[in-house]
Amino acid sequence: MFGAGGGTSSYEEAEHTDLIVLWGSNARETHPIYFHHVLRGIHNGAKLYVVDPRRTSSAQWADGWLSLDVGSDVALANALGREILHAGLEDRDFIARATSGFEEYRATVEPYTLEHAEKTSGVPAALIRELAHAFARAERAQLCWTLGITEHHNAVDNVRALINLALLCGHVGRYGSGVCPLRGQNNVQGGGDMGAIPNKFPGGQDVEDPASIAKFERAWNATLPRKAGWNLTDIFHAVERGELDTLYIIGENPAQSEADQEHAMELLRSLKHLIVQDIFLTKTGELAEVVFPASATWCESDGTVTSSERRVQRCRKALDPPGDARDDIAIMVALARRLGHDWPEYTAQEAWDECRSLSPWHAGMSYERLDELGGIQWPCYDEEHPGEKFLHARLWEDPVPGERAAFACVEHEPPVEALDDAYPIRLTTGRRLDSFNTGVQSGGYTSPLRRGETLDISPEDAQRYGVREGERVRVSSRRGSIVIPARIDPGLRPGLVFTTFHFNDDIATNLLTIDVTDPKSGTAEFKACAVRIETAAV
Amino acid sequence: MIRGPIPQAPAQPPKAQVEITIDGTAARIPEGSTILDACKSLGVETPTLCFLQSLTPVNACRVCVVELEGSRVLVPACARRVEPGMVIHTDSERVRHSRKMVLEFLASSVDLSTAPDAQRFCERYGADPARYAESDGSAATVEQPVKIDNQLYVRDYSKCILCYKCVEACGVDAQNTFAIAVAGRGFEAHISTEYDVPLPDSACVYCGNCIGVCPTGALMFSSEHELRARGQWNEAEQTATETICSYCGVGCTLTLHVQDNSIVKVTSPIENDVTSGHLCVKGRFGFSYVQNRPDDV
Amino acid sequence: MDLHYTADVATDDERAAVDGLLGPARNGVSGAAARRQRHLLLPVLHALADRIGWISAGALNYVSRRLDVAPAEAYGVATFYALFSTTPRPPRVLHVCDDIACIDAGAQALCSALASTFGPAGESGPDAAATWLRTPCLGLCDRAPAALLATAGAQHAMVQLAPVDAEDLARAMTGTSNGAGAVPRIGGSELRLLRRVGKVDPESIDAYRAHDGYSALREAFELGPGRIIAEITASKLLGRGGAAFPTGRKMDAVARAPERPHYLICNADESEPGTFKDRILMEYDPYAIVEAMTIAAYAVGCERGFIYIRGEYPLAAHRIGHAVAQARRHGFLGNDIMSRGFRFDIEVRRGAGAYICGEETALFNSIEGKRGEPRSKPPFPVQAGLFGKPTQINNVETLANIPLILLEGGAAYARIGTPDSTGTRLFCLSGAIAHPGLYEVPHGTTLGALIEMAGGVRGQERLQAILLGGAAGAFVPPGALTMPLTFEDARAAGATLGSGVVMLFSERVDLPAILRRIAQFFRDESCGQCVPCRVGTVRQEEALHRLASDGTSAGRKGDVLLLDEIGRAMRDASICGLGQTAANVIDSARKNLDLFTSEAQQ
Repeated sequence: MFGAGGGTSSYEEAEHTDLIVLWGSNARETHPIYFHHVLRGIHNGAKLYVVDPRRTSSAQWADGWLSLDVGSDVALANALGREILHAGLEDRDFIARATSGFEEYRATVEPYTLEHAEKTSGVPAALIRELAHAFARAERAQLCWTLGITEHHNAVDNVRALINLALLCGHVGRYGSGVCPLRGQNNVQGGGDMGAIPNKFPGGQDVEDPASIAKFERAWNATLPRKAGWNLTDIFHAVERGELDTLYIIGENPAQSEADQEHAMELLRSLKHLIVQDIFLTKTGELAEVVFPASATWCESDGTVTSSERRVQRCRKALDPPGDARDDIAIMVALARRLGHDWPEYTAQEAWDECRSLSPWHAGMSYERLDELGGIQWPCYDEEHPGEKFLHARLWEDPVPGERAAFACVEHEPPVEALDDAYPIRLTTGRRLDSFNTGVQSGGYTSPLRRGETLDISPEDAQRYGVREGERVRVSSRRGSIVIPARIDPGLRPGLVFTTFHFNDDIATNLLTIDVTDPKSGTAEFKACAVRIETAAV
Repeated sequence: MIRGPIPQAPAQPPKAQVEITIDGTAARIPEGSTILDACKSLGVETPTLCFLQSLTPVNACRVCVVELEGSRVLVPACARRVEPGMVIHTDSERVRHSRKMVLEFLASSVDLSTAPDAQRFCERYGADPARYAESDGSAATVEQPVKIDNQLYVRDYSKCILCYKCVEACGVDAQNTFAIAVAGRGFEAHISTEYDVPLPDSACVYCGNCIGVCPTGALMFSSEHELRARGQWNEAEQTATETICSYCGVGCTLTLHVQDNSIVKVTSPIENDVTSGHLCVKGRFGFSYVQNRPDDV
Repeated sequence: MDLHYTADVATDDERAAVDGLLGPARNGVSGAAARRQRHLLLPVLHALADRIGWISAGALNYVSRRLDVAPAEAYGVATFYALFSTTPRPPRVLHVCDDIACIDAGAQALCSALASTFGPAGESGPDAAATWLRTPCLGLCDRAPAALLATAGAQHAMVQLAPVDAEDLARAMTGTSNGAGAVPRIGGSELRLLRRVGKVDPESIDAYRAHDGYSALREAFELGPGRIIAEITASKLLGRGGAAFPTGRKMDAVARAPERPHYLICNADESEPGTFKDRILMEYDPYAIVEAMTIAAYAVGCERGFIYIRGEYPLAAHRIGHAVAQARRHGFLGNDIMSRGFRFDIEVRRGAGAYICGEETALFNSIEGKRGEPRSKPPFPVQAGLFGKPTQINNVETLANIPLILLEGGAAYARIGTPDSTGTRLFCLSGAIAHPGLYEVPHGTTLGALIEMAGGVRGQERLQAILLGGAAGAFVPPGALTMPLTFEDARAAGATLGSGVVMLFSERVDLPAILRRIAQFFRDESCGQCVPCRVGTVRQEEALHRLASDGTSAGRKGDVLLLDEIGRAMRDASICGLGQTAANVIDSARKNLDLFTSEAQQ
């Protein structure tokens, strides 16, 4: 946000805040050690509100649980904003000094009355009002979200709607107040920061900015494209259009992780050349023409990763990789050389030092300092700079240096796939404590918690559809159909079922999910598709 | 991004200094410190077993007791806070006697074979646990079969000194899962799930934070337990490498303990700001995927 | 909290027992609201024990859900208390005292008789209707030997049986007993605390008021809190529970503590072997305790008080509970006491078989629904006691002195007894005494004179030793009869008045066996928290057993020296008074009675 794609606060601030909102995040299970900080905050007296369709284990710790209909986040957030404004609880000084676009925002949220939000989201008006007042009155507040916000077709709108709330109450740029997207994977933050996104160079520098282009062309002695590239969704669309026939995939398993799996597999099969570089022969690798066995970056080679609090930390080699597996950098260098480029051999540290020379955010982060300080939070402009615990302190200066933080006007848009008589149930997907993503890693150990994948269903729906605990049911969407044992979970509301895609070999959940994506972020709407459940003839 | 001022956490008010005397040396110690903190700052080595900086002191083991002038009984260094004018003796005959007896009590009732700290203290204080069983070998112990009820870690309560650390780490000091508690009373007091149900029936989420804080090896990775049973555990040959967990985006620091190119256990540094030494099941046990290698199968 | 429960489910009866105490289960009681009721854990476990006889996994799950407490933690609490069982137990349980006073009265023979008829202690098939257990002192030493019969069910009951013979016990096991309480024997040279005992109907508030009742509270309202504390300070009243702390100073500290609320606790967990004074006060003059608590609460600024009564004292709990209810009905407790705008009420809490809960910080934990493990001090109760708030905690007898002080004035009170040990004192005489009972004498009365008041040594027996102060006290030799009974003289004699126990042992008693029973008592009652006490009490008992067997002289000498070493470590390094005093009696037997001297010199 505000020109920097990272959480504004440090984890420790959750311990020293007065209110924590977890929105679309089951941190208790998906970010357990972050939740330790939240728990310390709770023990120190902070209130916790959880916004989630499911009564998750995180929600069980909450002072208030706002159980919203999947995909009604903007409606709820806008209603919270309207209630804060109508109660006169907004931070007028902060808004006047540090923000722009407030009047447009006020006009946008005006129709989102508590009654409207209750109708749209299913959250009782009184509870919406309670959270609005608690958030606005809190001296310090943390607003955190995870994939419950971002795995929607309107992901960016969702995020903007939440940021609006922080701006409205001045809950950003101060110790204890901030907005925190909790990253789903260990180096999502670092990947983006390093430029592994279509529109940024390392350090958040714009790929279409002439000055940046000139700097990187000089450094790399190469001519760079003038336009931003494609995100993953664009890439698949380009394949579909026949504009793209070669893919080099490093450390990603789209054959299983993409929504509408059947369709994704078809597109991968249609490629002329598919090169896959991974630590395992994944399902995607099985489709490939060439496979480069890579070492596991976190324990078989050196490097850095960046966490959800923008902390760059070192990974170190502890094991020799198996067989012919090689370090990612070495593979890429070897490939470049085969293709006729005179790339030198790089160590991880040399690659990092080059990055530091080009990215002001990372300039002060030598390996020595990273070792000594146990990681550094960007931005870290020089070797005297300690890194920044939280971002945007400048918004509290008078006058505010640089650009003001902009409110965004966003409107509620329901999930793309509406419920109807044929597919009357909302399926939402997520993660469980002991497993991870497509299970490639977490499948390697024997978790005593793992009792096999299930379709979690509310007691009411179980009764309605005649489903018994453990019974295998057929779940169908417009795209596909799977058979899965049912588990009755009182934490679910009627009309909502839940499962994960951790066990794709047995339960191919992504046969069901819908391949619609956010136009800006490219994330797919994993959180909402329409299904029906049948017990007979399974 | 605009470069602004370096953001700071609100400054803490400076702490008053308290004047105390330890073993004849006068010292100024920040208010709110414990006697143990004071001893550390003066370089006075104090044995501890139930104390850990990340946990609330329970002062149950009593091996850290010191003599405080004016106090009828010895006081626990780990929990007692400094007060102005305290005169403390850490190596008086009374202190040495109590420390020796506490260590003898433990060593005569508990298997300390995988508790290097306790062994070191026993040596330092001349503990002679054998004398309790000399006449007729009747000294009661906590010996019992090892509990093996899952594939990740074992519980050998023959090695348990009841320091409460695992209960605290499972409870409010870290994990807040409350799968275990102290049950029973007196010498029969023991760490237990409700009705002693096996871990898979309990609330345990296998974060292994209890293993991380256990000072005696009563709680142990199955990998370590099995290697020890086979006589293949070789700490001298092991490397410990700090890296970052490969799962979610929190970025927990892992210390990988490697023997023969295999991870044999995973810990996290206690002083780490992110983890305080605590991990989740994936970070603690989810490493197998890098070593389920074809040649192992 | 995201708690986890096993699949075990409570029966309808178990649910009813729990709901009977907590009220019907409502949906939507959030975790935090439920957790605020955590302090009801012990009462709920009592309700289950009363109704069902034991606490099953299903019942514990239900309790844990209602109170939002982790089942493992609730299990830890349930297994801490001897009166609770987490394994199936017959509805009828006969607790037979085999502690030191009852040993003198033939308890071992009674236990043998029970064992031959009904099998060993604790053993009974799940279908049997009754089982029997050995128990530490039941506080009925004036009528030894003693037993306690607990019958679970919809019509549950707990009855004290004393004195008992083998036939009484057999009848109790087969369900035909009807325990009848006897009026206690009291005596002394100046009945002040005991003036109403046996003379005034303990269930009638009118009778109490007709005998000075509530005149002290009226006086208290006239004086106001500051002057009440001043009078009590002037009286030089010292605590009667064993620690002898100045009561006025404690009250002053609580009254001044800025943090609110303040709590008041009457410590009625009288469990020191040989002690029964508080039981008799509660059974026969309960309103005096309620009135005294009200005065103390007014003085230190409390709205909520607790009286924590030993679980083995059913009659005391009943009488106090009745008195509290009557006082409430008559405006002596509640929102506007005696129309003076003062609000105060009392909750009665039952212990559940744990000597350690008489230790004040363990008692706080017990009321809070936790294991009765003592806390580290400091902080002291006046700073952070019950629920972490400033807490005034006093023993029953200490509180009973307060109305007297207000009525006659602190200075007049201080003239009774000696300058440093003011007022009268209750002494529990038992063992080889002609007339066991509760005697009240001014401090300074000699031990010999006290014993004479109780008819002297029983029959023709010759006195071997006197135990003062209970299991945590000390033995004195017959030569100590000239000792004035004051705090300072007892201290000088290497003893303590403790909780007022004066237990006589004649020469027909095997003193080492008494020591072994006391050592067993401490082993059984150690909470297990700290190493010196948890293991030290075991090692102490083992050494005493080895001394009783035929060992080598070198081994015996080693064991005597070991006893000294163990004792020093327990005294120096234990967390609380239990461990710190667990070697006292053995130490005193060595020093004051020359026991094991020959072994040590070999």
